Amino acid sequence: MTEVIATNETILVVGGGISGMTAALEAAETGKKVVLVEKRPYVGGRVTQLYKYFPKLCHPTCGLEINQRRAKMNPNLTIITMAEVTDIKGEAGNYTATVKIAPRYINDNCTGCGDCGKVVEAEFDDEYNYSMGKRKGAYLPHRMAMPQRYVIDPAIIGTGDAQKAKDACKVNAVDLDMQEETIEFNAGAVVWATGWQPYDANKIQPYGYDRFKNVITSVEFERLADPTGPTGGKLVRPSDGKEVKSLAFIQCAGSRDKNHLLHCSRICCMASLKQCTYPADDVDISVYYIDIRAIDRFEDFYEKVKAKDNVKFIKSKVASIVNGENDSPVLHGVDTEGYNRYADQHDLVVLAVGMEPSVDKESFPVDIVINEEGFIEPASENGGIFAAGCSSDALDVNRAVQHATGAALHAIQVINRVAGTEG
Amino acid sequence: MSTNSQKYRNSFLKEVEANVEEGEWVKMCMQCGVCAGSCPLGKHWDHPPQEIFMMIRAGKREEVLTSDSMWMCTSCYNCIARCPRGLPITHIMHGLATYAKRLGLAPKNQPTQGFSQLFWDNLMKKGRVNELKMGLSMYFKDGFAQGVKNAMANQKLGQNMMKAKRMNAMEIIGGHGVKNPGDLAKIIKKAQEIEDGNIQDFS
Repeated sequence: MTEVIATNETILVVGGGISGMTAALEAAETGKKVVLVEKRPYVGGRVTQLYKYFPKLCHPTCGLEINQRRAKMNPNLTIITMAEVTDIKGEAGNYTATVKIAPRYINDNCTGCGDCGKVVEAEFDDEYNYSMGKRKGAYLPHRMAMPQRYVIDPAIIGTGDAQKAKDACKVNAVDLDMQEETIEFNAGAVVWATGWQPYDANKIQPYGYDRFKNVITSVEFERLADPTGPTGGKLVRPSDGKEVKSLAFIQCAGSRDKNHLLHCSRICCMASLKQCTYPADDVDISVYYIDIRAIDRFEDFYEKVKAKDNVKFIKSKVASIVNGENDSPVLHGVDTEGYNRYADQHDLVVLAVGMEPSVDKESFPVDIVINEEGFIEPASENGGIFAAGCSSDALDVNRAVQHATGAALHAIQVINRVAGTEG
Repeated sequence: MSTNSQKYRNSFLKEVEANVEEGEWVKMCMQCGVCAGSCPLGKHWDHPPQEIFMMIRAGKREEVLTSDSMWMCTSCYNCIARCPRGLPITHIMHGLATYAKRLGLAPKNQPTQGFSQLFWDNLMKKGRVNELKMGLSMYFKDGFAQGVKNAMANQKLGQNMMKAKRMNAMEIIGGHGVKNPGDLAKIIKKAQEIEDGNIQDFS
């Protein structure tokens, strides 16, 4: 049974991505008690799935390591993974949260040795790689996963595979009788940091993501570029595994569009510009855009990419994609600089998909103000619940972290009021 | 208004907003070009829709209103379905064509325009479209000899339509109509007056 010691001076952080971790750590490091609830088996969220950050092109693993170390060292922080908040009752300064915890079937004896993964035969689509590769039925979600503990897929429970995993474990970490549990605990303030999800590219019918193998999304491309990804970092076509020589990016795939997401997702321009630096210089790259939104200091990065001989920019929202010879997609449209009609063939097409907030309006546990784009508005009606990061707006990592720090401060103010130490 | 600011005042955009059906949407276009790329007849347009919108905003009144581009629209609605800003592009194209026609600027030999005129004239005679006469006037629009050729070429189609009771040979004498065509003419005249009264002068 999972024990959580919490009072109405505890801060509940919902979501353990970069925003949730930041808010939790900042609050915990001021001495507040924090409980962080994360749906995945590990913290770090989508940042763990990025190959590089823009604009410095450094690796997210670096910052992640710092945050994980901070989390491990802080006695005020309790992290619960594979858990979801199903209900919140009460008001600012006095909430009761209900949390449902899914069974991991691995207890904290686990050393991450991997013996269970070796003996289990069943394989499943690897969600960490957006189903582009396979993982075992007993697995470590990714190399740097925190906690560094294996997970047993519920699908193998009751099969011989599960018993094999148990028998292989030398430290008695496999517990096949683990059950789902529901716990309740108090909190004075809540930081809501459930982040975002890539917009469902299947909904953009004219681009044929559901029909054409060589039309992929930007988040999938990020995994392809990563040396720990499904292709070992090789940029190859999903259809035939051949090297990509001609690459296209389609911007605003699902963003700034009345038929899809109303808002500008803000990250996609910079993400594509960043991804333009991944392939070798002999790969021809075309970026189809409405306008490039590289704001503030990012303009320098845009200029740098523009100066590359192998990258060209076409001012046009692609109208449709048709699958051409050898499964090479043909992009149809008309550009806005000369109104030229084009039909351009590429080896691989990347849809720079938008950021959809992971805030479920219908099943949100308490009354909260959510705007027409699906993000949580900063409103006094929200009481002691504060959005952090991409629950509040489409933000890049840098801005999400800044925003989360602000959210932590809001939560701390509520706790101080409860504790009577304010002013 | 001073002469200086007058110089920069684009009266054509304001004219389109005031006088063209759905014209107030023109300023909402963000020039992404999805309409042009999605148009099945796009390559036959001199100026695709997003270019027309830009020309309006640039004040190119003559070029826009005398263009035959908007007459190319077949109302397939692909552009409206895909426009990320929700512009009613099909309706704006028809609005521009109608406005150009009203001003006498529409290209004279544009076939869609010719058809529209024949259709309207045919309709206004009896208040109902006489399909037989409509067909014949299309056949003979380029002279008697060409008309006979057209009629011969489509003989079989005509016969089949009659067999299927889609066309009636008796329509050639008189033909069906509304009960009181005179009243209809009055209604149309009144509507025309109201519409004329709404037209603003930007000259």
